Amino acid sequence: MSLKSAVRETLTGFKSLLTGMRITAREATKPIITVQYPHETLKMPDRFRGHVQLILDPETGKSRCTACGLCVRACPSDCLEVDGIKREGEKKKSVTEYKLDFTKCSLCGSCVEACPSDAIEYSKAYNVVSRDRDDFAKMDLVKDLDAKAKVWAETHPTPPAAPAPVAATPGSPTPATSAPAPAVATPGSSTPAKAAPAPVAGRAEAGTPGSSNPATPPAPAAANSPTPSSSIANAAASTGAAAGATPSPQPESKTT
Amino acid sequence: MSFLALEPIRVLLYLVGICAFVGGNAAYLVLAERKGAGRIQRRPGPNEAGWAGILQPLADGIKLLAKQVMVPPGTDALLFRAAPLMVMAPPLMCLATIPFGDTVVARNLNIGLLFVFSFGSINVMALMLGGWASRNKYSIISAARVVSQNVAYEIPMLLVVITLLMITGTMDLNEIIKQQAGWFWNWNVLKIWVNPLMPVTFVIFFTCMLAETNRAPFDMAEAESELVAGAFTEYGGMGFGVFFMAEYANIVVGCCLATILFFGGWQSPFGALSDGLWGPIWFLGKTYALIFTVIWIRWTFPRTQFYSLLNLSWKILIPLSLFTLLLTGAMMKLPLLFK
Amino acid sequence: MIASKDNFSAAPASQGPQETFTLNLGPQHPAAHGVLRVLMTMDGEWIQRAEPVIGYIHRMHEKMGENRTLAKFLPNTSRIDYLSAMHYTHAVVGAVERAAKIEVPLRAEYIRVITSELNRISSHMVWWGALLLDLGGFTPILYAFDDREKILDLLEGLCGARLTYCYYRFGGLYNDADDAFLKGTRDFVQHMKPRLQMYRDLVTDNIILRKRLTDIGPIPAEMCRRYGATGPVIRGAGVAYDVRRAEPYSVYPKLDFKIPTYPEADSMARYLVRMDEMEQSLYIIEQALDQIPAGPFIGKVPRVLKLPPGDTCYAVEAARGRFLVRLVSDGKDTAYRVKLRTPSFSNLSLYEEASKGMILPDALAMMGSLDLVIPDIDR
Ligand code: SF4
Ligand code: SF4
Repeated sequence: MSLKSAVRETLTGFKSLLTGMRITAREATKPIITVQYPHETLKMPDRFRGHVQLILDPETGKSRCTACGLCVRACPSDCLEVDGIKREGEKKKSVTEYKLDFTKCSLCGSCVEACPSDAIEYSKAYNVVSRDRDDFAKMDLVKDLDAKAKVWAETHPTPPAAPAPVAATPGSPTPATSAPAPAVATPGSSTPAKAAPAPVAGRAEAGTPGSSNPATPPAPAAANSPTPSSSIANAAASTGAAAGATPSPQPESKTT
Repeated sequence: MSFLALEPIRVLLYLVGICAFVGGNAAYLVLAERKGAGRIQRRPGPNEAGWAGILQPLADGIKLLAKQVMVPPGTDALLFRAAPLMVMAPPLMCLATIPFGDTVVARNLNIGLLFVFSFGSINVMALMLGGWASRNKYSIISAARVVSQNVAYEIPMLLVVITLLMITGTMDLNEIIKQQAGWFWNWNVLKIWVNPLMPVTFVIFFTCMLAETNRAPFDMAEAESELVAGAFTEYGGMGFGVFFMAEYANIVVGCCLATILFFGGWQSPFGALSDGLWGPIWFLGKTYALIFTVIWIRWTFPRTQFYSLLNLSWKILIPLSLFTLLLTGAMMKLPLLFK
Repeated sequence: MIASKDNFSAAPASQGPQETFTLNLGPQHPAAHGVLRVLMTMDGEWIQRAEPVIGYIHRMHEKMGENRTLAKFLPNTSRIDYLSAMHYTHAVVGAVERAAKIEVPLRAEYIRVITSELNRISSHMVWWGALLLDLGGFTPILYAFDDREKILDLLEGLCGARLTYCYYRFGGLYNDADDAFLKGTRDFVQHMKPRLQMYRDLVTDNIILRKRLTDIGPIPAEMCRRYGATGPVIRGAGVAYDVRRAEPYSVYPKLDFKIPTYPEADSMARYLVRMDEMEQSLYIIEQALDQIPAGPFIGKVPRVLKLPPGDTCYAVEAARGRFLVRLVSDGKDTAYRVKLRTPSFSNLSLYEEASKGMILPDALAMMGSLDLVIPDIDR
């Protein structure tokens, strides 16, 4: 290497170092881009795939799930567990138990795609936190739905109908594993017993049932609802209205 | 008053002050470094402990102090324990002769420069001992690197200092500063009528200082993506903390020295306002500006390769500093020939 | 430090006994990018022999593909190389489509190309940042992640996931690309061009980086061929081998792009190949955005997917090289044999030969330039 090229290389090298320093100095004057996580949280996009959750049908205030089990079969990780019973006066079964093992779920979306009745969706909860493993290993989606149904019932006041908690037919074709006691089996009527919202403390931050979640009933549904299509929904609405005597925990959901 | 005026007492008080200065600096330079890194990387840096993270050093210190001091089995326990102490002592000693202001100096020595450099070189011993005593392969590689790196960079650094000595004609640090009085073009770094390569000398000095203090991009001693944590791999708790603090203390010493030798020490840039309390203010201002540059450099560049690091020293810096030395000599003596 | 007998005989006579020691780099090491372990026999800082020890994160993906239906295997593919999930899903989906003769709508193919190229850019960004971390530069990775975040946000808005997308389906896509995604991608392309220039100024032209990568770790084309190294590794050896051109798939034949090659075959060549590839990917995305037709996003797929008996291969150009899926079917709804040919495995296998006689920091720089993803090696 001749002296001349050595000098040139040293000079261009030194210049490249100065360029680098100029760039970092320029970047240092720009605003901060990180999200200060516990103080700030992000809003997830509409298509975000959080954990699976049951959809609350804005027409009826309960799940559309017919416990057909297709999602269970579609799941590659075997993390769903569905059970349902057939109620009198209905063509299809309704779900009584929907457990998700979130520790195994790969959020692949097969279950949502497989569902023929559009009964499940992804939640927008992304900071799901708990101290208890069981909160994830046995995520009780029906319970979450019940909490939502309660809010739904509050926002859909109906004239008190005849208290008709439909009894589950003991001889229903599916061998229901859970005790078919009416109070438990009817999603609507079971809610007042579990009035305490926020089943998982950490999840309350984003996507708790009933918070500003896209799953809360949209406005047109609220207009249509005074004539519920089934008596169960009626019961749910009425019990919900009774529970509504206590101050509503999520008043803002009425704005939808 | 007369009691305080006693020389030994005064020196002792100064030394206590220097210890506090070094401790505070080491603690808060870590914070400044992390904050600076954050800014450059467009994030806020530590901001939870106290207002804007102002208590972070305290939290870190408590954490380090609360940790058990581990001496791994098979190490040379004595050397292993002694290394952190040896690494911390030299910068403290060096700072004793650094004049922060016209009169603010623990002990002004007429061989101050020599003193600083002789103590500054002990540092490498400590890192080597720490690496050797750790009985860890990464540490040993690191120790070997540290030694060759420091030897390689001591030479151009001293050559540059000799150049300066030729200009100043004294080793008394305060005297060197006083020679740079007046406007800022009297600072050594801009004395291009003495030697047109003066700014280059400063760059050489600064590069060598980075290498001597094992700062990025020359952080061969730590090199965490190659040697895990280099010489510090086996240290935990306060042992590691002391190494860490010593790194910053060394940076402070190096930047103080650069300020004195090149930027007029406690002199103001315009000839006035450099007495009394203003002296330390100017001095610290310049020093911290240099320290900030050190931080800035660390967060901009990748680490140099070890052999190109040595090449840089032997093939570029040493010839260049020899050349400036000769040039300075020539420029000083040539006019005499024509008298 | 043990003076071994073999080395004693091999040592130059003038130097007396040569001492070597074994350095266990990993599985927990800052430069190991996961759980790669390299057993190094060192002579001082020189590597005499560096033997990669793999298998720490073996997850039996191939076996899993053989004992579950193809649709259930699909989510796995994103997890083999989590940084280029789109490409891996593309290969499996493509293999099934090829075997079962499923027509894929054109729109779906274009969206696949766009998302694949976005994924390639984001993968190269991670590599870029990680390489610089290996080299001791801490800032670039945060700049790269800032830009990568934009890609992830786009893909998250499109399919709901940020890393393990599982976006492609047999015969099409999981859902259609909306206008927000297409527009966002266009904006991203515009945003990225000056940023790539910034990357170049900050890092590529930097003298320290040049010194660290130039002439370090030469991997000539002949060695690449012997070990089956593909992707930027072989392109960095001057061979213009790119599956997108060599075994055209999807709509790549309709798109114009250059295959960047550098003949130097050193780490810097591999570095430059990837930097150029990001640019080319942006160019591909731009074209695809211009050409994308309207139409359905998923074709006709039988409800129960059964592959006809036979043997199908499908290769894609993943971010790290050629990823090939081989499906052997015996007519059932699960595959009889699934073979995944992952690029990182081949790219790593040449490490032992290539790293002989290098010093430790150079060997790590070369490892960084190979862009290894450990789950991709172990599968
Ligand atoms: S998202 Fe996938 S893994 Fe999770 S429950 Fe649904 S099907 Fe199972
Ligand atoms: S969620 Fe859908 S697929 Fe699953 S059991 Fe209910 S109705 Fe069937």
